[in-house]
Amino acid sequence: MVDQFLIPLLKIVIVLNATLVGVTYMVLLERKVIAWAQSRLGPMRVGPYGILQPIADAVKLMIKEDITPVRADKWVFTAAPIISMVPALIVYAVIPFGPEVSLFGRKVTLFITDINVGLLYIVSVASVGVYGIILAGYASNSKYPLLASLRASAQLISYEVAVTLTLVSVILMAGTLSMVGIVNSQYNSHVWYVFVQPIAFALVLIGGLAETNRAPFDLPEAEQELTGGFHTEYSGMRFALFFLAEYANMIVVSSVVVTLFWGGWLPPFPNVPAFRFLYLVPSWAWFLIKSFVFLYFFIWVRATLPRYRYDQLMRLGWKVLIPLAIANLIVTGIVKVMVLM
Amino acid sequence: MGEAIAFYTISAFILIFAVMVISTRDTVHSVLFLVLDFLFVAALYVLLGAQFLAAIQVLVYAGGIVVLYLFVVMLVNLKRPPEAHVDSNRRTRLGFALSVAVLFELALIAGYGYVKPAPALAAQNLQVTGNTEEVGWLLYTSYLIPFEVASMLLLVAMIGAIVLAKREL
Repeated sequence: MVDQFLIPLLKIVIVLNATLVGVTYMVLLERKVIAWAQSRLGPMRVGPYGILQPIADAVKLMIKEDITPVRADKWVFTAAPIISMVPALIVYAVIPFGPEVSLFGRKVTLFITDINVGLLYIVSVASVGVYGIILAGYASNSKYPLLASLRASAQLISYEVAVTLTLVSVILMAGTLSMVGIVNSQYNSHVWYVFVQPIAFALVLIGGLAETNRAPFDLPEAEQELTGGFHTEYSGMRFALFFLAEYANMIVVSSVVVTLFWGGWLPPFPNVPAFRFLYLVPSWAWFLIKSFVFLYFFIWVRATLPRYRYDQLMRLGWKVLIPLAIANLIVTGIVKVMVLM
Repeated sequence: MGEAIAFYTISAFILIFAVMVISTRDTVHSVLFLVLDFLFVAALYVLLGAQFLAAIQVLVYAGGIVVLYLFVVMLVNLKRPPEAHVDSNRRTRLGFALSVAVLFELALIAGYGYVKPAPALAAQNLQVTGNTEEVGWLLYTSYLIPFEVASMLLLVAMIGAIVLAKREL
């Protein structure tokens, strides 16, 4: 009873809450880091150094008037933010934050579930998230959101192909689709996959930036051309849901990158006896530290790089990333076969 | 017991959404009900223990193909249905003929399944365990030729699309 229902439920509650709090503080981190990059201070008014700013933002967004345009498609307009939020959250079900640990004399796994098709589950759930953007643009019944949503969905679909093809080469390396299995196979092969699959790592990172609509690929919300992008007509909490979904997706992308390429919860040199002391830091802390590095990287990129033009974006996706992904897959397959022989 | 309840609930939703797909007037809503339908079909696959198939169902159908449907529906103006121009009986007759054909097929399938129960397909000599591995194994052993034919077909379709879209190469 306790093992079957109570513990999974508790884990779900913890992960969901941690994600939502993490997402709100990601917003603050982003504002702070970008401010520092531009020699500003960033939010300073609410709380010391502005650390209570996310709470103030959340309260403001919740008590704002929630407007639905008169000519909008009401049902779809309401469903769109939910459709983009839900996939971003249910992906956390298969992300492994750590291995099995004993907690209060009970064996507890630091992931909600480990399914046989974990990585495929993440990719497929993420592919449903694109509906939120398309429908938001369509249901608003307004020209800029429609244009932005068409752009966004074309971008997402193009980069999804490249990322999924790249993930296949990681699956070939690991021989499993389970997220826990991928980390364990990195432990068993004595190497983090970033050192044997650097091209795959770069492709997934770039594709991940594009799939979360982050700079330099944030064309769907290019203010100069499309006013606010696909969520122009949204206000209040419904706007906040789109915002939260974007940041939740950023955390997902960095967690997936860490799990696939940077050894997940493993400390550096997990098999070398001289580095045993690194196990003093708990496994989930290693996972969080590594994920944080990539979250910081996303913000850093936004502060540094200018935005791509739309045709450049499409050219990069179809003419550079996808051929590279296919070439990488073929080479990985050949090497794998040669090793097996 | 629990499995039966889940099965009937999911099946009921699949049927309801399927009816909604063909009965709703707004084309975009119709496509959305199709997505819901595909998601529930994926749930049915999970219930059958075919997680790989469920994930592929969501990835390819719900997340890929229907997005393209949605593109077409949103970009093509479907405001005025062309019913006014055609003979109103033509559609009824066509529908009648189609439903007779579908019923005949269903009867054939049912009869065939009744006479000859489905064999446990090559499951005995499987050398791997795990859902995904089993699907892969079957695809590359028992069903190699259909699999290759399907991939050839897709390649032809892809080249055809490129030739159609680009007049001069």
